[in-house]
Amino acid sequence: MTTWAARLENPISSRLRDPAATGYAGIFLGAFAAFLAIPPIEARAIYWSIFVGLVAAILGVWTVSRGRRRIGWGAVAAGLLGIGLGILATRSSVGNLNAAFDATLIAQSLGVATPLVFAAMGGIFSERSGVVNIGLEGMMLMGAFWGLYGADKGGTWVVGLLVAAAAGGLLALVYAFFAIHLRADQIVGGTGVNFLALGITGYFFVQLYNNAPVQNGVPLIPNVNFLSGSHFFGAAIGGLSILTWASFALVILTFIVLFKTPLGLRIRACGEHPRAADTVGIDVYAIRYGCVVLSGILAALGGIYLSIGPQANGTFIFNITAGKGFIALAAVIFGNWRPAGAFAAALLFGFSSALALRLQVYSPQASALFQVLPYVLTLVAVAGVIGRTEAPAADGKPYAKQ
Amino acid sequence: MTEPGPPPEPEQSPKPPPAPEPGQGPKPHPATGPGQGTEPGTFAARFDMKQRAGGIAVPIVTVLIAFFMGGVVVAATQHSVHKALLAYRDIFNGAGLNWIFHPTTTILDPTTHLTHLPSYNLSQTLLQTTTLILTGLAVAFAFRAGLFNIGGQGQYFVGIIVANWVGVSFATMSTAPHIVLAVVAATLAGAAWAGIAGVLKATVGAHEVISTIMLNWIAFYVGYWIFGDGGPLQNSTEPFVPVSNDVAHSAQLPVFWGAQGFQGLDIGIFIALGALATFWVLLNRTTLGYEVRAVGFNPDAAAYGGISVKKNIIRAMAISGAFAGLAGAVDMLGYLYHYAQGDFAFSQVGFLGIAVALLGRNTALGTLLSALLFGALLFGTTHGLNSGSVIQPTLASNLTYIIMGLVVLFAGANVLVLYVWNAPRRWLRRRAKAPTDTAEQPA
Repeated sequence: MTTWAARLENPISSRLRDPAATGYAGIFLGAFAAFLAIPPIEARAIYWSIFVGLVAAILGVWTVSRGRRRIGWGAVAAGLLGIGLGILATRSSVGNLNAAFDATLIAQSLGVATPLVFAAMGGIFSERSGVVNIGLEGMMLMGAFWGLYGADKGGTWVVGLLVAAAAGGLLALVYAFFAIHLRADQIVGGTGVNFLALGITGYFFVQLYNNAPVQNGVPLIPNVNFLSGSHFFGAAIGGLSILTWASFALVILTFIVLFKTPLGLRIRACGEHPRAADTVGIDVYAIRYGCVVLSGILAALGGIYLSIGPQANGTFIFNITAGKGFIALAAVIFGNWRPAGAFAAALLFGFSSALALRLQVYSPQASALFQVLPYVLTLVAVAGVIGRTEAPAADGKPYAKQ
Repeated sequence: MTEPGPPPEPEQSPKPPPAPEPGQGPKPHPATGPGQGTEPGTFAARFDMKQRAGGIAVPIVTVLIAFFMGGVVVAATQHSVHKALLAYRDIFNGAGLNWIFHPTTTILDPTTHLTHLPSYNLSQTLLQTTTLILTGLAVAFAFRAGLFNIGGQGQYFVGIIVANWVGVSFATMSTAPHIVLAVVAATLAGAAWAGIAGVLKATVGAHEVISTIMLNWIAFYVGYWIFGDGGPLQNSTEPFVPVSNDVAHSAQLPVFWGAQGFQGLDIGIFIALGALATFWVLLNRTTLGYEVRAVGFNPDAAAYGGISVKKNIIRAMAISGAFAGLAGAVDMLGYLYHYAQGDFAFSQVGFLGIAVALLGRNTALGTLLSALLFGALLFGTTHGLNSGSVIQPTLASNLTYIIMGLVVLFAGANVLVLYVWNAPRRWLRRRAKAPTDTAEQPA
């Protein structure tokens, strides 16, 4: 275990010696090759994309020859894909390009990613403590509906947040009882929780709001406006929701709690080897209950973004989450059960979703087809193009106290 | 009923055979009396015994608990217990189950030309049951291999799309070959769609739950595009209506109860019953089934015994998807004939299949019975429900999900259900010999 001081003394050389570094550089250059052809750089000559893409591919081949085959081939693929996308972009009209790629694309990507980041951080806590949480989807749904109800009845969005957190936490508590005390199969139990949330929110949505999709006058979660919207940064990050900024903080907080505190060590011990944790006096059940309930609260706070977030305007429809909880779960796996990785995966999904909406300028007929993009990307990511992921050793395994 | 429920059971410590407790006298058949006092010491042994003993008890108690808690929700929101009971009566009638009180009526009265509601509702319930048997089998088959196929919905959509495509094309074919062609094509498409998840699981270890959910959404949006305005299979006569063409007459399954074209009961239900028999034979009487079950019980042991785990994962997923694809074909050719863009968002039959399979304990007979229950619930809470009843169809349809969620939740927690099931006996026993007996604990 290297200390921070040791790492600071020798910051990059050990990383550079690893052949994976050239692979990652190749992947980055491949993405950059495509980036060259779109705004704001918008190189109209195709040679730039081809040149950078080829460099990426060569780096990839070099990485393969040094033994890191998976990352190397990934870099080769990224380089070729970058060239292809670059050629496509230079063929399309400047007007369409500018409509699809502008600064608000960044804001939209972050907006789509926000609920995913919350749910994914919840998922990381739960899974690091050894409980697989398929029920994130249902907990998000509870947050979306009861947050709306709380904000509507309480008159302020803060009440909405509290009610959402309580609803999500309560559902998580039910799930935790089944998963921890009754040692039910966690995948099956989580699926049950999802259906239960679907039924409960749907039932009370009809009972309380009579299926009306938009509630006017519900207080919404405010945005943080601090840069004028005219220039690039103003449009990109000047008007993000409070929750979006909170999600950035949450990623850092999750990292610190899990990896820099004694509590985090205990949580990870329960996820890796609960018996050993039990032996040294850690209450495995208490830790797991806490983490699952926390995951429900965080997922619900993500869900509320869908109903009273800035773009939502107090909207609720049946099954409004539409699989976002599962995307968050995929982000956890893709991010190798680490906060930064899951955050990156959520951003990737957010970017592809936002892009899919904008690609409609090219073909309104095929707009539904573009919506497939984030799901295909997630599938490809989970299939492990980047590298094999490693779950906590006791993840999904119920623990029986002796 | 001899198999334990969902294969991914909680990892127990080594399971000793359930030995009868000394001093209680010989009790050779644990199945005859769960909790009758023969309780071996370790939790695992008790659990193992209850697994077999609770073959029928668990599903029944699960259903009772789920219905009771659903009733509590209705009673609480309607402020009346009486209304909750009335709601269940309305759902019972809505499903057409009151047909048994006057079974001789046909659907359409030949003299008055009025539909008889009970028989009509029952035929519709059986239509739903047909679909649920097949989507339930899809989930059950994967479960027996230790896989959780949550992608029945996507495989069903793929079956719907392919069956519609084949059924609309080749309109000049004669009936029997056309039906066979469409059914086989849709079944294979479903198998291929699930096979993607199987291959990903076997080769790179992608978890099938995540990959099948992603495949669900991909199938959803592809279908949305195909049947939407300007899509390749969109209605050719009405270019601005986002709906598919109607399946040609030669590809429509014959109706034997009710009228063709008016959602009569078609022969698809016999296809589903045939699939049930196939499922049982495949699992219990073939080498393939043996290997699949072996992988489901313990992949390491199966691999040690020379069974290829990877091959069987792919095979099990493909067969599982075939059942769901067949469900799409039977629906499309049986009574839907066309599919609108909006139908994709409302269809939940693939997900209902999960509840069907879990409640049926992944057996053929259990799947049939629970498909009947959920078919009745599905139709009885939606279209079949009289709009003048105490509970509105929009409200009642959500009750289905609540009950379904509880069923799935409890199906994963046999221990709790058996604890409830045995509570009266335990209580009696404790009264009989209060000081010496120790109460069993669920965990």
